Amino acid sequence: MVNYIWAIFIIVGISFSIFKGDSNITSTLITGGNKGIDIIINLVPLMCLWLGVMKIAEISGLLKIISNKLSKFIKIIFPEIPDGDVAIGYISSNIVMNMLGLGNAATPFGLKAMKELKRLNNESNVASRSMITFLIINTSSVTIIPTTVISLRVLNGSTNASEIMTATIVTTFLSTFIALILDRIFYFLWRKKHV
Amino acid sequence: MFNYFIPIVVIIVLVYGIYKKVNIFDVFLLGVKDGLKTSINLFPTIFAMVLAITLLTNSNIILELSNYLRPLFSKLHFPVEVFPLAILRPISGSSSLAILNDILATYGPDSFIGRIASVMQGSTDTTIYVISLYFSSIGIKKIRYSLLVGLLADLVSVILSIIIVSLLL
Repeated sequence: MVNYIWAIFIIVGISFSIFKGDSNITSTLITGGNKGIDIIINLVPLMCLWLGVMKIAEISGLLKIISNKLSKFIKIIFPEIPDGDVAIGYISSNIVMNMLGLGNAATPFGLKAMKELKRLNNESNVASRSMITFLIINTSSVTIIPTTVISLRVLNGSTNASEIMTATIVTTFLSTFIALILDRIFYFLWRKKHV
Repeated sequence: MFNYFIPIVVIIVLVYGIYKKVNIFDVFLLGVKDGLKTSINLFPTIFAMVLAITLLTNSNIILELSNYLRPLFSKLHFPVEVFPLAILRPISGSSSLAILNDILATYGPDSFIGRIASVMQGSTDTTIYVISLYFSSIGIKKIRYSLLVGLLADLVSVILSIIIVSLLL
């Protein structure tokens, strides 16, 4: 699936640029990945900081305590994760950071959570039900404070930049809820077809 | 208040580690090594995705497509002005922010269109990018129904943001 999307983006992008006679297409192609370097350079210190801090939390048992406390709640959404597993700690850290609008801090926890979910799925290279649910929560967004949007509104001269907050919270929670329902429906449809 | 959230989390973890007599410096370094390794493993995916996304967005095909589809959307009572944002939001965070900025500058942040665009940007994430990054970071080959559900959920978000802005604001 990703294969096709990736190829379509590139083929459509290049063909349409050539079709329009955009002579910059060669330089776009050559420098197009530059932003990838920026992203990685910004990601490295965050990954190192958070995986370092979380390692301490893991060895000291703090992560286990948090995971045990949140087990009941997380199990409603992720029925396949065993009680008190450290994956719960990483998943909840990711969700909390996302809610606070700290997307950059959320990524390291999210990647680590995926690693733990792969361990729980016997290192298989097929996506597990829990992985898909976790990504659906991430992609449908659970932000409570849309900081970037509010600052863009201020920049464009809004008289009441934060008035969209209630509407954003209502929309994002409703859409995440519907996304979780869709996720369950597709899981059962998939299981029916593949068993 | 939220400004201090992250630093306080760090302090709590360190104090608890000392209290439990963990060799915190060495353990921290173990995590850093893990973080460095994970980042380097991520680089190929990030590079490949960013390249493809840049080529697609720079070609402006999505903007031109939305102009082309304008008559169809006005028939459906869908605000055409936010269509490019709705399409780009799941693909690229930075280009959708640029589009949002355009919309806010053109129609005004406090207009109906400006509000819908703001809510739309805030209530979804870059689905295609996140799914491909997270799955390839752990070497998943078969992503099953994840992308389909992710994109359906985005569609729900788009429709909801129009409805909710109409009702609430």
